[in-house]
Amino acid sequence: MCQTCGCGAVEGYAIDRIPAVSASADDEGAAPGTPTHTHDHDHRHVPVHVSLLDKNDRIAESNRRRFEAKGVVVVSIASSPGAGKTALIERTLHDMAGTFEAGVIVGDLATDNDARRLARTQAPVVQITTGTVCHLDADMIANAIKRFDLDALDLLIVENVGNLVCPAAYDLGEDARVVLMSVTEGEDKPAKYPTMFQRADAVVITKTDMAEAAHFDRDAALAYIRRVAPDAELIELSSLTGEGMESWRHYLDQRLKAR
Amino acid sequence: MHEVSLMATAVEVAEMHAREAGGTRIRVMRVRIGAASGVVREALEFAFDAVTVGTMAEGAVFDVQVVPTLCYCSDCSEEFTPASVFRECPTCGSFTADVLQGMEIELASLEVT
Repeated sequence: MCQTCGCGAVEGYAIDRIPAVSASADDEGAAPGTPTHTHDHDHRHVPVHVSLLDKNDRIAESNRRRFEAKGVVVVSIASSPGAGKTALIERTLHDMAGTFEAGVIVGDLATDNDARRLARTQAPVVQITTGTVCHLDADMIANAIKRFDLDALDLLIVENVGNLVCPAAYDLGEDARVVLMSVTEGEDKPAKYPTMFQRADAVVITKTDMAEAAHFDRDAALAYIRRVAPDAELIELSSLTGEGMESWRHYLDQRLKAR
Repeated sequence: MHEVSLMATAVEVAEMHAREAGGTRIRVMRVRIGAASGVVREALEFAFDAVTVGTMAEGAVFDVQVVPTLCYCSDCSEEFTPASVFRECPTCGSFTADVLQGMEIELASLEVT
């Protein structure tokens, strides 16, 4: 069963450790409810009252305990496709090389293009190709972290599948959820995808170098963000020019110090 | 469209509970979906038909109860149902209200035979 629209056959997700340096290597990796009463005939009413995210949430909690025990800070990044998740991670790894050890889990429906791109930074990178699944879930993360030496990491960045809808529901066990919106997307993204933004610990406006060309109305965007996510930290940056990267760096530093 | 994933979990959990209750068929499956949960009712209903084929729940009545969003504004101790996606307190205009209900994604109950 296709997890996206219900058509066709299931394709499982795959997890691949991407080797550093080479851009050509291709690694093949790999409640209870009880019946209470009986009404007519043998029709039985069975109360259940189980959250459909219960299993995911339990695995996420187990991930979180594991990250805490290993002293790894985990930040997930979500956005629509093309908002600049990979570019931000790439720039972050590049700028912070030598200051702390970071690893990356990259989620995509298909291809390991992003993971290969990130592996050039020498950071350990694991690609999850979800097949037809539109989001990462806690179980995928639990499997992916087996490919890392968590003792050697300070920070783990999880790049979710480009999608502003489905990933919102799934706790991965991360410490902080970061949602990106680029200046080319329209100022009202937070109002159109409120669930995702409401759950964000930080909202990052990306591609600020293109703001003028995109006729980006900064005040309108900030007003939307403030109304949907009043408590989220707000960062504006350009991964291309480096403008605003110090705020992002500060945000990560605060989290690393807190652990 | 994560409704198919959620529905697959719902059927898995439902079959487990139906078996525990000594049932062989699920006749009615009731779910509760919060208005602010991000789950789309129509997508869930579509997913139900697709996912239940060949399961104990095939042909069952699928009953979706939508739970309205209820917020609490701690600034003015006011409970309210937000008028839009913004959780704006109608009394003080604050956007920082807590969500008391409306995030549910729950398998509520079954009728089994």
